[in-house]
Amino acid sequence: MKCDHCERPAVVHEHLIRKGVIREVHLCAEHALEAGLAVPAAQPVAEVLLHIAKSTQGDAARPRALASCTGCGVSFAEFRKTGTLGCPACYDCFQPMLGQVIERAQAGGTAHVGRAPKAAAEVELRRVRREKLMRELDSAVTAEQYERAARLRDELSAIAPDAGDAPGREASGPSGPAR
Amino acid sequence: MSPASSIIDVAALARLGPEPDVVISSRVRLARNVSGLPFVNRATHAQRHEALRLLRKAVERSVAPGLAWLELHGAAPRDRTLLVERHLVSRHFAESDAPRALAVSPDERTSLMVNEEDHLRIQALQSGLALDSCFAAACGVDDALAGAVDWAFHPRWGYLTACPTNVGCGIRISAMLHLPALRMTREIERVQNAAKDLHLAVRGYYGEGSVTDADFFQVSNQTTLGSTEEALLAEFRDVVLPRLVAYEREARQQLLTRDRMMLEDRVHRAQATLGAARLLAHDEAMRLLSRVRLGAALGLLPVDMARVQRLMLEIQPAHLSLLRPDAGVGDDAERSVRADYVRQALS
Repeated sequence: MKCDHCERPAVVHEHLIRKGVIREVHLCAEHALEAGLAVPAAQPVAEVLLHIAKSTQGDAARPRALASCTGCGVSFAEFRKTGTLGCPACYDCFQPMLGQVIERAQAGGTAHVGRAPKAAAEVELRRVRREKLMRELDSAVTAEQYERAARLRDELSAIAPDAGDAPGREASGPSGPAR
Repeated sequence: MSPASSIIDVAALARLGPEPDVVISSRVRLARNVSGLPFVNRATHAQRHEALRLLRKAVERSVAPGLAWLELHGAAPRDRTLLVERHLVSRHFAESDAPRALAVSPDERTSLMVNEEDHLRIQALQSGLALDSCFAAACGVDDALAGAVDWAFHPRWGYLTACPTNVGCGIRISAMLHLPALRMTREIERVQNAAKDLHLAVRGYYGEGSVTDADFFQVSNQTTLGSTEEALLAEFRDVVLPRLVAYEREARQQLLTRDRMMLEDRVHRAQATLGAARLLAHDEAMRLLSRVRLGAALGLLPVDMARVQRLMLEIQPAHLSLLRPDAGVGDDAERSVRADYVRQALS
């Protein structure tokens, strides 16, 4: 069934009561959002994205999201197409547009309040160090520096907390302290 | 006991649990991603292997021993299908040849999918209405892994997931429901619309992407951000699920009161067909077993509901070929074996 206002398929079907008269409406995601109706969460991302993209056009006052993620290179256009992000860094790179997508898809949820890793800060430090080592490992492999690559691989394994996490251990590696 | 039947005995879907007339099984799933690696869809072959290596090490050291580790990219097609039929992995996960694995406990109540959409999906599955114990089991694995893996976590968005619809708690709470009376009374569409208003996903027997034209529905939460896991669980357990179960029971009572003859006719016809058919396709068998299950639940048929539940598992293609390895190859051979198997089981 088509949307009442355009040619797109309707995803919201509602009975609205106005001045005692019941009216049946069939709307696409974009027009449903304009009418203030909830869009079924099973299919929102791509549709909601279209709406967000439109509503943010020409709004120079807002902070701009990056065109592509600095962590993995995924573009916001690719995310619009697939509905999936490329890496954890996408969540920061694609603000504020991604934030609006999330809030709509999550029925207004704006921040996490549930379980959390025990030491999120330590995790962040280890992540930064691991990413640095992985970049170095890639370049060592590309340059065919296999001894260096083996050493870096050992260092990577040693970062995992289950391999021993004694105080000072992280900062004692040849690559220096985590940033 | 033959090896095949011992394999089937541990499947959660082969048994009856609490509230068995409507609730077939309960599941809680937690999505986690390893910090420092791209999400699976963007990861290179080497990075997917790295995630496998890292998570295997963590699981073997930290989670209760005895989990079997199955690498699906090297598994035979029938074994992959078997896992889908037992609801341990999705079809998409089973069919891909990218590096991926399933770790599963001997009782199959706890399993871990590695490199599905997210690096790790912790799953707890039990028969009947058992959401609290599923939640406790999933959190137990999450706690055990907490010191062994660094998860991608954001101060505002919580656990980061490939699809932002899972971000926050990364939790999916779901129940497999048997809703034949709502379909017979044509109320099912109203219930599906109401479910959408409650931010629930309604899917078919095999989860995402499977058809909902049978009487079995997997219902799950869709919001994962802004509420604690406990609050999401409480809402699903205390508000959503009781309402859906009550709708189905009311529809059954309505049929018994207003359309008893039609209801009896349908369940008896289904039983008779299953007892007489010589060729049975899987979808036809499921439709008929659904009616027999309804008849058993309402006391209209002298059939053990547990037996029906078990048959629903056994007559799936991969299970059937495991139970009846002597069966020939081809659609007719499979349908013939299935009909024979069902006739014997219900005689």
